[in-house]
Amino acid sequence: MRISVAKTYKLYIGGKFPRSESGRVYPVTDAKGKFLANAAHASRKDVRDAVVAARKAFPGWSGATAYNRGQVLYRVAEVLEGRRDQFIAEVSASEGLAAKKAESLVDAAIDRWVWYAGWTDKIASVLGSANPVAGPYFSFTVPEPTGVVGILAPQGSSLLGLVEVLAPVLATGSTAVVVSSAERPLPAITLSEVLATSDVPGGVANILTGRASELGPWLASHGDVNALDPTGAAPAERVELAREAANTVKRVLTVPAAEPDWTSAPDLTRLRRYLEAKTVWHPLGV
Amino acid sequence: MPVFEYAPAPESRAIANLKDHYKPFVDGEFVDGSGEPLKTINPATEEVLAEVGTASKSDVDTAVKAARKAYNGAWSKMPGTERAKYLFRIARLIQERSRELAVLESLDNGKPIKESRDSDIPTAAAHFFYHAGWADKLEYAGYGANPRPLGVAGQIIPWNFPLLMLAWKIAPALATGNTVVLKPAETTPLTALVFAEICQQAELPPGVVNILPGAGDIGASIVEHAGIDKIAFTGSTEVGKAIQRQVAGTPKKLTLELGGKAANIVFEDAPLDQAIEGIVNGIFFNQGHVCCAGSRLLVQESIAEEVLEKLRYRVSTLRVGDPLDKNTDVGAINSAEQLAKIRGLVESGDAEGAQRWTSPCPVPERGFFFAPTVFANVHQSMRIAREEIFGPVLSVLTFRTPDEAVAKANNTPYGLSAGIWTEKGSRILWMANQLRAGVVWANTFNRFDPAAPFGGYQESGFGREGGRTGLEAYLSV
Repeated sequence: MRISVAKTYKLYIGGKFPRSESGRVYPVTDAKGKFLANAAHASRKDVRDAVVAARKAFPGWSGATAYNRGQVLYRVAEVLEGRRDQFIAEVSASEGLAAKKAESLVDAAIDRWVWYAGWTDKIASVLGSANPVAGPYFSFTVPEPTGVVGILAPQGSSLLGLVEVLAPVLATGSTAVVVSSAERPLPAITLSEVLATSDVPGGVANILTGRASELGPWLASHGDVNALDPTGAAPAERVELAREAANTVKRVLTVPAAEPDWTSAPDLTRLRRYLEAKTVWHPLGV
Repeated sequence: MPVFEYAPAPESRAIANLKDHYKPFVDGEFVDGSGEPLKTINPATEEVLAEVGTASKSDVDTAVKAARKAYNGAWSKMPGTERAKYLFRIARLIQERSRELAVLESLDNGKPIKESRDSDIPTAAAHFFYHAGWADKLEYAGYGANPRPLGVAGQIIPWNFPLLMLAWKIAPALATGNTVVLKPAETTPLTALVFAEICQQAELPPGVVNILPGAGDIGASIVEHAGIDKIAFTGSTEVGKAIQRQVAGTPKKLTLELGGKAANIVFEDAPLDQAIEGIVNGIFFNQGHVCCAGSRLLVQESIAEEVLEKLRYRVSTLRVGDPLDKNTDVGAINSAEQLAKIRGLVESGDAEGAQRWTSPCPVPERGFFFAPTVFANVHQSMRIAREEIFGPVLSVLTFRTPDEAVAKANNTPYGLSAGIWTEKGSRILWMANQLRAGVVWANTFNRFDPAAPFGGYQESGFGREGGRTGLEAYLSV
C-alpha cells in the first residue's frame, strides 16, 4: 500500500505562495469528513499584505490594453482546461458531487472564464458613450475600473461560484483580494496555481484561504479597498460589513440572501458593478 | 485708463411672486405639514422671505403612502409614451416660468441672477426634456429587455442648486416609472414648492411627486422609511456615509453624490487667458458652493508666479454683492452657518502658514458675503488642501512634472472632478486617463449637460446622474 503525500497548501499573495503570517493552518475535509489537506488559515496581516499587493498591481493591470487583458484571461482558461481533471476531482470531493455533475460545473466554470475574457475589449463600447451635449464641446464617457475589490467568495460553489465573482473583476481591470470558501478551498488553491502559471501579473488576483467571518471585517474597513463583494459572508454578518464599508464609501455589491444558482446565464451586472463612469469634456473650435 | 463704474442693474423681485407662506406638497395637494414651520431668509439681506411649513415624521409616512399608491396605480402602469408627455409638459412649464424661478432662486439661495437665469433654470428644464425622451425608450437603454422601475424613491437634495438638483433627481426617477418623495434643503425650499405648482399645472397624477420641506431629521425619516425602495442623496460626504450606514442591510438601492476637492491642473503651455477664466469659473461660480468646484489649483512651477498675478488681477474685478443685480459675479453665501464654516477653514489656512490674498472688492455690510480669496504656498497636508471649503476660496499648489501633477491630484479620498489646461492634445488624454475622477474638464470647467453622466469616484459617492448611465440608478437592474 502506498502512503499518499499529504499536502499543506499556502496562500497566494502578490504572485507568490507564502504561508500565513500567523503560521496557522486548518484541515480540509471532503464532504464526508475525510481529510484531504491542510490549508493556510489567513490572518488580518495576510489581508493587509494582499491589499498592498493588489494596489501595487492595479496601475499595470488597469493600464494594460483591453486586448492584452483579454489575451491574459483567455490564457487562464487554457490553463484551467489543462487542469480539468484535477478540478473535477476537487469539486467532486469538496462539494460531495458525483463526477458527472462536478464535470459539468468545471466545464461551466471554464466556459464562464472564456466569456468574461471576451468582454475586456467590448465593455467600454457597450457601456461608454459619446454625449450629445448642447454646446460646442466634445464630451464622452468611458468606464474605468473601480480599483481594489475585496471578495468573499461563495461558500458553496467552490469553483464556478469563485470564477463568477473573480473573473468580472479582473476583466474590467480591477484587482482582487479573494477569501475562498472556508470549507471547500481546494479548487481556489488550484485556481491560484493556474493564475500563477498563466500570464496574470502577480498581485492582480490574491487568494486567501480562511474564514470570511474573520477576514471580511478587515476587508470592509480597509481604506485602500474600493469595493466589496460580500457573497461569502453569512447573511447575518453582511449588515455589519456594509456599515463598515460605508466609512470609506465603498461600493458594496448587493447579493441575494442565499447563494444564487451560478449555472444560470450571466449578464453584465457584475461587470458593471466594478466600473466607474468617467466623463471627459473638451471645447470644440479651430 | 478711465474706470467706468457700473450702474446698478437690479432684476425686479416682483416677478418671483413671493408668497408669505409655503406648504408641503403631498398627494397632489398643498397641505399643512405637522412639523415646526421654518422661516427661509434672503442670505443677501438676512430678511425673512417667507414662512415654510415643514413635514413631520407622520407626514413622511403619508407622503410615502401617497407615492406608493400613485406608483401602483397610475404611474407604473402608464405606457412610457404617456409618461413622456408629462415630463415634456413639466419641461415646458419650467421654461415658461423661468424668470419667476430664477428670481426666486436668487432670492432664496443668494446666487447671482445671471447664473440662476442662464445656467440653473435652463439646465433644469433641459433635464426634463432629456429624460422625457427616455420614458418610452427604456428597452433601448442597454439594461435588458424589460427594465423595471424600483418603486418609491426618497430624494434628498442640497441647497447649492435647489431647482437644478431637484431636476437631476426627479426627471430620471419619473422617466423610469418611479414616484418620488423629495426633501429640499432647509435653507432653500422655495423653488421646489413652485415646482410642486408646476406638477399641478401639468396635471401630474397626485402622489407621483411629493415635496417635503424640513431639516435633516426629515431626511433621516425618509431614509429609514420602510416604504421607500431607493434613496438618492446629494450633499456632504459626512451625511452620505451616515446614509450608507443606515441603508446597509436593507433592500433599498442607494446612489450618493457627495463632496469633492477637485484639482484644476495648469501646465506651462496652457492657453493662459482661457485658463484664468476657467480657474475663476471653476472656484467662484456659485460662490464656490459647487461639489465639483476646482478648489485645488495645481500650477506648473515655471508659470506659477505669472498665473497668480493674472489670477489676482482677474479676481479683483469680480463684483460681489446683490444677487439680483445682473452685474453681480459673486452673490451671497447661503447661510450664516456656511459663512462660519468658510471662515473657520480660511483661518486654518492662515494658521498653517499659507499665504492669503483677498480680493479688495467692496463687500455689502448686511447679508452673508465672503470676498474671493486665493491662498498661495499651500501644501498638501494643510486643511485647505484636503477639506472641502464650499466657498469662494482657492488653494494654489505647484508641481513640476505631469506625474507629480497626477500624484497630487489623486492624493485625496474624493474623486468627483478635475481640470486640465494644456494645448497638448496627447497630454490631455493621458492626464484624463490618469485622474481618478468622475468628470474631467479639459481646457474648460464646470460644464454640465443632461446627456453627460456626472458622479464621483470613491468618497465622492457612487452612481451617476445624466446620460444613459444615469438611468441605472432608477431601474431594477
